[in-house]
Order: sequence, then structure tokens, then C-alpha cells
Amino acid sequence: MNGFWSVYRKELYSSFASPIFYAVAFTFLVICGYFFYSAMAYFNLISFQASQDPMMADQLNITEMVMRPFFLDISIVLLLMAPLLTMRLYAEERKSGTMELLFTYPITDRATLLAKFGAVLTILAVLLSGTLPSILLLYFLASPNWAAVFSGYLGVFLLGGSFLALGLFTSSVTQNQIIAAILSFGALLMFWIIGWLKSIVGPTAAQLVEYLAVTRHFESFAKGVLDSRDFVFYFVFILFFLFLTLRQVESYRWRG
Amino acid sequence: MIEAQGLTKYYGPVAAIRDVTFQVERGEVVGFLGPNGAGKSTTMRILTCYMPPTAGQAKIDGLDCFEQSLRVRQKIGYLPENVPLYADMTVAHFLRFAAGAKGVARKQIDHEVQRVVDVCGLEKVSRRIIGHLSKGYRQRVGVAHALLNNPSVLILDEPTIGLDPAQIIEIRRLIQQLREDHTILLSSHILPEVAQICQRVLIINNGQIVATDTPANLISQLQKTARIALQVQGPASELAEALKQMDGVQRVSHEAGNNHHLMVETDPSRDLRAEIARCVLQRGLDLLELKSVDLSLEDIFLQLVTEDPAQEESES
Repeated sequence: MNGFWSVYRKELYSSFASPIFYAVAFTFLVICGYFFYSAMAYFNLISFQASQDPMMADQLNITEMVMRPFFLDISIVLLLMAPLLTMRLYAEERKSGTMELLFTYPITDRATLLAKFGAVLTILAVLLSGTLPSILLLYFLASPNWAAVFSGYLGVFLLGGSFLALGLFTSSVTQNQIIAAILSFGALLMFWIIGWLKSIVGPTAAQLVEYLAVTRHFESFAKGVLDSRDFVFYFVFILFFLFLTLRQVESYRWRG
Repeated sequence: MIEAQGLTKYYGPVAAIRDVTFQVERGEVVGFLGPNGAGKSTTMRILTCYMPPTAGQAKIDGLDCFEQSLRVRQKIGYLPENVPLYADMTVAHFLRFAAGAKGVARKQIDHEVQRVVDVCGLEKVSRRIIGHLSKGYRQRVGVAHALLNNPSVLILDEPTIGLDPAQIIEIRRLIQQLREDHTILLSSHILPEVAQICQRVLIINNGQIVATDTPANLISQLQKTARIALQVQGPASELAEALKQMDGVQRVSHEAGNNHHLMVETDPSRDLRAEIARCVLQRGLDLLELKSVDLSLEDIFLQLVTEDPAQEESES
């Protein structure tokens, strides 16, 4: 346990010491801010028009018109940013030879893996908390549905966690950070768009590809619906890639 | 304390080490000597649980390196070759991390880090970023990190490589301090260094142990002739002929381009120095220098390392 916290703290230290985190955080927050602004501005415009039309005013819904697109937009930005957060985790350790230190300390490979994953999840939480001021603004200007906000953040966190688990795996297959990022980005994009196949393939395969599409499970969270099937999907996704990573890391030993 | 039993490691079809067997007793300082690529690092990596051997068994303090890996790792301080360190951390942060990772209790970490900082003389640089340190300091940080949690066994892979002479002397002094309460296995391809620090030497070549003994014993075992260096004033070529006729002299050689210096190889069971001196004076030459020369560790090393392939060829 001692070893876990040491590696966890080291990973956080390295992340906050590296310029990558600040570049990612800057870009992420600027784009998220822009998305929030545009959704709000649009809502504003519709509201003005609705003020002449009471029927329309009844249908205005801030969760539906601001929060939902906002969370979907965050998930797209995360898709672009997550590979940059995970690419160095194992690739750098192998390139600089520090893997040899971790392998000869009295820590299990599993503790190291969980510490690295935990650290990068923490970074994700820090990034997401950067979008809270937008929500705070909403609190002053309107009355958002807090349950839906919570559900949206939970969904984004789980989705982000899945992206990071996959990124952790690609980081373990290569010593080159750029290659790790590219592989991770490509794989994430595939999981994103695989659902498009459903109209082309047969009915059984259609169900499968639809199930595999990471974003489909996110949509219900963004709407404020907590469905256990989606939780299961994300947990299995994360565990699967952590398992692959662990096997991959163990294989460094016997491959020398 | 350290036990290697028939260690063999294949990288694909290539055998890095074959049937390496040796023991290091508690409190010993043993030098692991061999040319580059002989298998020193591979052996050390197996002993430190970095990777399992293809065949054979490694034990530290009676614990198997493969079966009881975590417990073995607690007993070992390891300085890997080329000293991989986290370049973006400060020395103090890195040492605190390493102390925690090596299982030092939380409350003890500050104390333990302070101890190794003092031992290795890192006080001045403890707040600096490792990536900005000179090679000598990085090496010291590596040694400091190996000492954390006071392991009973230290395995140091080329601790002095790439250092300038002053730094080498410093590291050597440090190792000499450490020998009091650690069992040390260190590798090197620099011979005088090993001869100075170590009580015993393991010589490895082509993945096999070719000799293991104290430096002094190795010298006496391998010394097939006693050698006497001679310096005279005047033409020495006639003298050389005369010496060759002398009973017990096996070879006389000139130093290239300098016929005032002669190297006389004699039967090791007899001391011919007095007779040689007399012979020089009888020929009317002035004797400037006469001394017996011991085989240096370098000579032994070359002898072992160059003999080996020849032997293999004759065997096959």
C-alpha cells in the first residue's frame, strides 16, 4: 500500500511538473468554455423569441438545450486530449530506463498500474473541475436540474476513465510517446464511430457494434439517466484494458 | 548471502549467460569483472528480480529471486547500469519517492532520506532537478537511492563508469565506507578499481564465469613465469644473448625501440635477480634498474579472456 501511494504521488508530481498537462488543460478549458458560451448564447436567443410565444416558452428546457450538448461537447474534447495525458505513463518509463527501478522496488506490478491509473484519473478530475465555473454561472442565471448535472459529470468521468484505460494500454506497448498517443487516438476514434456500421452489417452484428460504441452509453448520462447497463459497460471496458496493460507490463520481464 | 546456481539467460536464440554459478558470503565485497557484453548486467538483473532466468536459480539470503521476489527486493539496493532516474524530479523528491516505494515507513521517510543525503554528500544539490545535475552527482543520487531502507545487499552495476578520476576516487571511498555493513556485488570493466575495492573477483567472459578468487591468488595461479625488468646503460643486445644462455631464463624481450630496457622471464621457482645483476656488471655495463614485476590484473584478465575462445575452439 505504501508503494501504491508513493508511485501515485510521483505520477501526480511528474504530471504537474510537465508542460503537457498545462497545454492540455489550457486547450481543454478554452474549448469547453467556448462550447458552453455558444450553447448559452443560443439558448438566450431562443428565449427572446419565446418571450413572444408562451407555447414555445413552456418547452424551453435548460437541461435539454444547454447541459446535454455541453456534456457531449466535453466528451469530444476529451477524446482528443485523453491520449496526451496517458501517452507518457509507461512509454517514458521504458525509454528512460526507470522501469528498471520500478521493477526492482518491492512493489507489485499491479500496484504500480493502479497507482498510474489512479493518478491520471485524478488529473481528469482536476480538468473536469475546471469546467465547474460554467455550472456556477448557470446557478446564478437559471435553475439547472442538479441531478442531471451530477449525472452528466459522472458520465463524463466514466467515459474519460475508459479513454484513459485504453491510453494506458497503448502507452505500454511502445517506448515512443507519440506512437502511444496516435494508437490511443485511433482506437478511441474507432470505438466512437463503430456504431455507424450498424446500418450496414447484419442484425446481430448491428447490436454488437452498437453496444461497443463508447458514446452511446454516454448519451443516457448526458440526458440525466443513470442506467446500470452503462455502468457495467464502462467498468468492463476499464477493467479489460487495465488487464491487458498488466499482462503487457509483465511481459517486459521475460522479454528482457 | 548471494547465491547463483546454474543461471542461464537466453535473449531469443542468443545466450547472454550460460550456467553462471557463484556465491557471495555475508559482508564480502565482490567485483564482477568482464568485457562489455559479457553478461554482467544480465546476471545482476536476474539477481535483482528485474527478470527471471531461463534456467537456474538465484537466491538472496536464502530467498528465491523468482518465487519470493517481493521479499528479495526489500533486501536489495540496486544501482542499474547508466543510472536511470526521473529527470524531472528534484533530488529530494526523488529520494522521498524511492524511500516510500521501497517500503520505508511514512514517519521514517524524512529521516531516512536525510541519512542517505548525508552519506552520499548530496546536501548541496538536494533541491535541484535531477536532469540538471552533472554525471557525478547523478551517480551519487543513484547510490543514495540504492542505500534507502538500509538493504543488506548492494548490487551496483558499473558504479564508476563515465566519471572523472576525482569522482571515481570519491565513489570508491564511499563504497569502502559501505562495506562495513553491506554485502556488495559490483561490476566493472576497470581492473585496478576492482583490485582496490574488492576482496574477491569474479571474472566473466562470453556469458561464463572463467575465474573466481582473490586478486592475489589469481595472480599467483596464473603467473607461469616470474618476470624481471632490467634497465642498463649501454648496448643491451649482447647482454640479451648472454642472458638467454643462463640457466632458468625462458625468454628475454626488448621493449620496442628501446634496447636499454629488457624484460627477462624466468622459472618462477628460482630467484635469478642476483645472478642477472652479476652478469650485467661482468659485461661492463651499468645497471640502472632491476626489479621483479608481478602480473597485473590486466594481464590476467587479458589472458583469461583471450584464452577462452581458443579453448572452446579446441574443444569443439
